[in-house]
Amino acid sequence: MTTRYFGEPIRRNEDPRLLRGEALFVDDVQLPGMLHVAFVRSDFAHGRVNSIDVSGALDVAGVVAAYTAGDLGDLWRPGPLLVPPPPTIERLTFNERTQVPLAKDKVRHVGEPLAVVLAESRYAAEDGVGRIFADIEPIDAVVDLESALAPGAPLVHDDLGTNLMAHVIQEKGDYAAVRDSADLLIARRLHYDRGTAAAMENRGVVADWEPRGRLLRVWDTTQAPIPLRNGLAAMFDLGQSEVQVIAPFIGGGFGPKIMMFYPEEVIVTWLALKLARPVKWIEDRRENFFATTQERGQIHDAEFAFDKDGRIVGVHDVFMHDAGAYAPYPLTVPINSSCTLLGPYRVLNYYTEFKAAFTNKPIVTPYRGAGRQHGVFVMERMLDLAARELQLDPVEIRRRNFLVPEEFPHHHEIIFQDFKPLIYDSGDYEPALDKAVEMIGYREFRAARAAARDGDGDGDEKRAADDPSADGRLRGIGVVAYVEGTGIGPYEGARVSIEPSGRVNLATGIGTQGQGHQTSFAQIVADQLGVHPSDVRVVTGDTREFGWGTGTFASRGAVVAGNACQTAAEAVRAKVLELAAEELEVAQDDLVLEGGKVFAKGAPQISIELGELAVKANPLRGAVRHGTEPGLEATSYFGPESGTTASGVHAMIVAVDPETFMVEIERYVVVHDCGRVINPLILEGQIVGGVAQGIGNAFYEQLVFDDQGQLLCPSFMDYLLPTATDVPRIETAHHETPSPLNPLGIKGAGEAGAIPVAALFAQALEDALGLEGFELLEIPLSPNRLFELVTAHRGGGQAGDGSARENHPANGDTPVPEKYPPNGDTP
Amino acid sequence: MHQRLTVNLVVNGETYERDVEPRILLSDFLRHDLGLTGTHVGCEHGVCGACTVLVEGEAVRSCLMFAVQVDGRQVTTVEGLAPNAEELHPLQEAFWESHGLQCGFCTPGILLSMVPFLESNPDPSEKEIREALSGNLCRCTGYQNIVDAVQRAAAGQAAGGATPEAADVADEPSRRDGGDEATAGEVPA
Amino acid sequence: MKPAPFEYKAPATTDEAVDLLAEHGWDAKLLAGGQSLVPAMNFRLAQPAVLLDLNRIDELAYIRTVDSAEETGSTGSNVAEGDGGGGAVGLRIGAMTRQAALERSAAIAAHSPLLAAALPYIGHPQIRNRGTIGGSIAHADPAAELPAIVVALDAELTIRNSEGERRVAAAEFFQGLFSTALGPNDLLIEVDIPALPAGTGWSFQEVARRHGDYALVGVAATVRLAGDVCEAARMVFLSVGGGPVIASNAEASLVGQPLDERRIGEAARLAASEDIDPVNDIHASVAYRRHLAEVLARRALHEAGARARSGAGA
Ligand SMILES: Cc1cc2nc3c(=O)[nH]c(=O)nc-3n(C[C@H](O)[C@H](O)[C@H](O)COP(=O)(O)OP(=O)(O)OC[C@H]3O[C@@H](n4cnc5c(N)ncnc54)[C@H](O)[C@@H]3O)c2cc1C
Ligand code: FES
Ligand code: FES
Repeated sequence: MTTRYFGEPIRRNEDPRLLRGEALFVDDVQLPGMLHVAFVRSDFAHGRVNSIDVSGALDVAGVVAAYTAGDLGDLWRPGPLLVPPPPTIERLTFNERTQVPLAKDKVRHVGEPLAVVLAESRYAAEDGVGRIFADIEPIDAVVDLESALAPGAPLVHDDLGTNLMAHVIQEKGDYAAVRDSADLLIARRLHYDRGTAAAMENRGVVADWEPRGRLLRVWDTTQAPIPLRNGLAAMFDLGQSEVQVIAPFIGGGFGPKIMMFYPEEVIVTWLALKLARPVKWIEDRRENFFATTQERGQIHDAEFAFDKDGRIVGVHDVFMHDAGAYAPYPLTVPINSSCTLLGPYRVLNYYTEFKAAFTNKPIVTPYRGAGRQHGVFVMERMLDLAARELQLDPVEIRRRNFLVPEEFPHHHEIIFQDFKPLIYDSGDYEPALDKAVEMIGYREFRAARAAARDGDGDGDEKRAADDPSADGRLRGIGVVAYVEGTGIGPYEGARVSIEPSGRVNLATGIGTQGQGHQTSFAQIVADQLGVHPSDVRVVTGDTREFGWGTGTFASRGAVVAGNACQTAAEAVRAKVLELAAEELEVAQDDLVLEGGKVFAKGAPQISIELGELAVKANPLRGAVRHGTEPGLEATSYFGPESGTTASGVHAMIVAVDPETFMVEIERYVVVHDCGRVINPLILEGQIVGGVAQGIGNAFYEQLVFDDQGQLLCPSFMDYLLPTATDVPRIETAHHETPSPLNPLGIKGAGEAGAIPVAALFAQALEDALGLEGFELLEIPLSPNRLFELVTAHRGGGQAGDGSARENHPANGDTPVPEKYPPNGDTP
Repeated sequence: MHQRLTVNLVVNGETYERDVEPRILLSDFLRHDLGLTGTHVGCEHGVCGACTVLVEGEAVRSCLMFAVQVDGRQVTTVEGLAPNAEELHPLQEAFWESHGLQCGFCTPGILLSMVPFLESNPDPSEKEIREALSGNLCRCTGYQNIVDAVQRAAAGQAAGGATPEAADVADEPSRRDGGDEATAGEVPA
Repeated sequence: MKPAPFEYKAPATTDEAVDLLAEHGWDAKLLAGGQSLVPAMNFRLAQPAVLLDLNRIDELAYIRTVDSAEETGSTGSNVAEGDGGGGAVGLRIGAMTRQAALERSAAIAAHSPLLAAALPYIGHPQIRNRGTIGGSIAHADPAAELPAIVVALDAELTIRNSEGERRVAAAEFFQGLFSTALGPNDLLIEVDIPALPAGTGWSFQEVARRHGDYALVGVAATVRLAGDVCEAARMVFLSVGGGPVIASNAEASLVGQPLDERRIGEAARLAASEDIDPVNDIHASVAYRRHLAEVLARRALHEAGARARSGAGA
């Protein structure tokens, strides 16, 4: 078979609709008689709910109804535990607490919903919200991660008696035994904080109950339409076939949209059923900062043991993880941190332990990278420190520790987020490193700087003038490596069919949030059926079109669903050939499937169109032969044995103004291995977009909470997403080691771009600043933070330790001026 | 009962008349009253740019205007860019070719920001494009392909590919003020 | 994030607007470009009962050049583009003039390069297409560029209410965090920017997190040199106090002295330590703001000095 479209950078099927403004997003759903809701949300991070008086809202023009937790009856119950703790981990403590639809006795984070107002418009619903009085008695909030686990801390969940959500220990080899014989021990505390996904489209739900047809339709910005359908059916006692969940075009997902049930999903559906009227809720940006899940801080105490050549002898890492107020997705993020820390390196002795704590902050669930960044940061920073200590080049120390091709599959002897042992299926890291080093001009950069400094290795002050480009800025270079476990199970499915018109349909359960599934899946199918990808109509994320599957997460869409598409298309191809052979009286082996028809090799006039075959496969009279199925259709599932390991190397050159600490990335190089590539255009888009989010995490975005759990930056004025002037041109190259674990040889790529950026940023900035003994051990950084760290370092302070963090502006006692002054600007 | 006012306006060449509450944002008016849902809303405080439309040919945030303010004005939304059902606007075409969109949520606002930008600066440098884009957030693409798309469209324009449609939507009177007139500033819209 | 209900009125003339203000007073809010007010309304931080939309008042949108030899207060005489080359030319700008119109204006570029230099720092093109000079000044965000610029340029602001008209020096107009000389019935109608004396060099420096963001710190500076000696100096900071902050100690330290490296360094230090009063916020600490103020002051004085020497100033 000739593969013609697989691997081609073809433009996307979905784009014309998007470009014309014709694509359907959830907020575009407009139904007659539709009502709109707005939520009353807690102003306090922690408090006891004494009472809520909704009566004021009912007097507001346009308001139809208002409800609180008490009105929910049986429906008021904690949400499902989406991923239970891996039963395969032995040393594990876990305390389950999941979110509730409306807070009843207690609020546990700012923005937790307390009541809902239903009105003729969102405007009126918000008017109603303004008239509802919630009497809440504030309690001291649990904000700081370390104090959350200290004795005597206020309790987020009183009945638990502790804020400990989970405590997990995993071990490989024997760190304690090798520690003593190591030549070099490095111990550091590292802070890594992440932000919010901030997809451009906020979340939204529209629910509509049609009693005559007994059909509940729910349009939802979810990354997991099928589990959502199953859950809603169970919750409202409906058959799964009576519920249709549609995840139409989604304006970016990045993880948080996989979470379910968000309180709003329960409430909006409940209201639609209760009132038998369509109901819509569209999250606004302010709500998004509280109501959509986030990722947040970890504090790692890492100790690494090296031999004198810089080889890792063992790693000991103990960390704390901030889970937020509830934990529906409890261990995925910290387990990813534990596992991804190992990177592409040979670590034979590893002790990893974490404690996850409940805090009075919004819920933490995976956001692009899902804890992997935290692990990569620890490993890469510690390698840099060791290189410095041993006077090794940072590139060299990585090279020395890489796993080599002979070591695959490589068994890490610890458990990954999918409950399976962490095994790297394949990889070849050194060529990627070489490529990145060459592309960024690593040796030239180092040589030029050595020449410019010319023996003056001491002072940083002179550096500015010494620098090759002499514009007063300091330049630094960095190179880091990472691996990413992708494409995990359990399974996805796809159905391929050919209509009598000759049209090819492909339906799969996973939704798409911009990853181009409607094109890459079409490419896979097109190759099998000899049509053009634009002739394949792809439906994703409509449970009535395809009802089995789990969702788009963990960089698994292309791997798992892609392979299901492949097998389904192969099956249809077999049917086509079998039938055509019969019709044309030509042996199957002598048939060619191309251009929408089947013809005999060397005799193209002996041919039959796909559509005609579809008609013949579905006769109106006569009998379908026993043991065969009508139609040219096949459904297939793919369940990978285990995840596949994508990997890569990122490098960058950064310029920093030594006076203002403004930073510019001058070059950025990515060399990645995500197995075989379906569509390089789409792949590269994923990588570049991921890097941009990584840059945001490293230097721009930060969710700053005050000591009472108030978020100080709940707007795009203060939560800074990188713009076109902050993200550099990103040069990419591809190094391909096909995965042996799936027929297409694909590995996931969705998250790779984002994972190593922060580690790289810290490394390159350290290199640029060139201060003796100066270490960047925390993320996010900012100009302000760099100033503080450098000042502390120059003043003899211990840069980067816990105490330097005290200087965070948010901890100052001056109130934060808002861009939008209270009550407008009335004098 | 809240005040209601009549709004008469032309959107994408079509005349509309609607009664609205004065507080209705132009973004909501276009999306929900006129059913032109191609204009997206990402923040409602002026930062993300997803809601950008042209009012009298100038790119503005439709979330920061009230529908009543466009009474008597001309508005162009993303639905008005393509000349017909078969062809795309050259800038749309360039976005398609360059893979300048992923989820596509930011795209309408970016297109409508870039149409007047290319009008006023037909041969922009990469730096100028990036600065012109800085008022539009995109969370998916990392901007690179968007920059490429704008460059591609500019190159197409230079090569004579500029279509009259492009001019139609953006070629409102360009109010360059001289120093000698009483109302050199733009007439407020 | 939808605004609360309000009553909407769109006067067509300044007189009408002033009458409506007199009628509604505190209940009313003026809507100019809406780029600060409407976000605040969407967040329901501002909930005016009556919204007076100034956007239909064409007579408030203009840029006029005036021969500064004429008395201030006379009606602006219209000077042809480029004519001002010989004599010093001032500017009169109607409050409803868009920031984008200022940016495109050849008159502004020619006669107030400092103002022209600051304009691109205001948000983004889409914001400047709506945002007005009057709105920005009336709003008085301490991190905004235009308030600092009008103070640095010793502009005069014309304010009208039903009682009449008055003129206020920009330096007196700003009275602390988001508060100004405007009373509830007042309409800001015009900004008069006098010509800079010949031999004046200028500079605008700003550091913001991202392109188009409000400043972490910014400074507008002008210096007039006679030979090497500084005859006059002006330094106005943004984002380091309740409004535009005049660095009077630093200015005083420069006047009558040669504008050299040492004096510049001293003035910058003085400005950062004595003149400004920054606060902590999530983007910058007090210490960092002071540090930036010193760095930017130094850069601004250097650049302004160089312009004064080369005659590239006003
Ligand atoms: C994304 C974004 C980024 C921005 N970045 C910046 C920036 O970097 N720097 C900056 O300076 N600004 C920035 N702004 C604000 C912008 O410049 C505003 O245009 C400006 O602050 C207010 O001007 P306006 O005409 O929009 O006024 P409006 O928002 O309409 O009004 C602001 C206030 O002034 C009052 N007012 C308006 N006109 C008058 C008048 N003639 N007389 C009396 N009172 C009046 C109003 O009642 C209101 O209280 C930004 C805005 C946005 C949305
Ligand atoms: S929705 Fe208008 S700028 Fe974001
Ligand atoms: S393509 Fe998704 S936000 Fe731009």
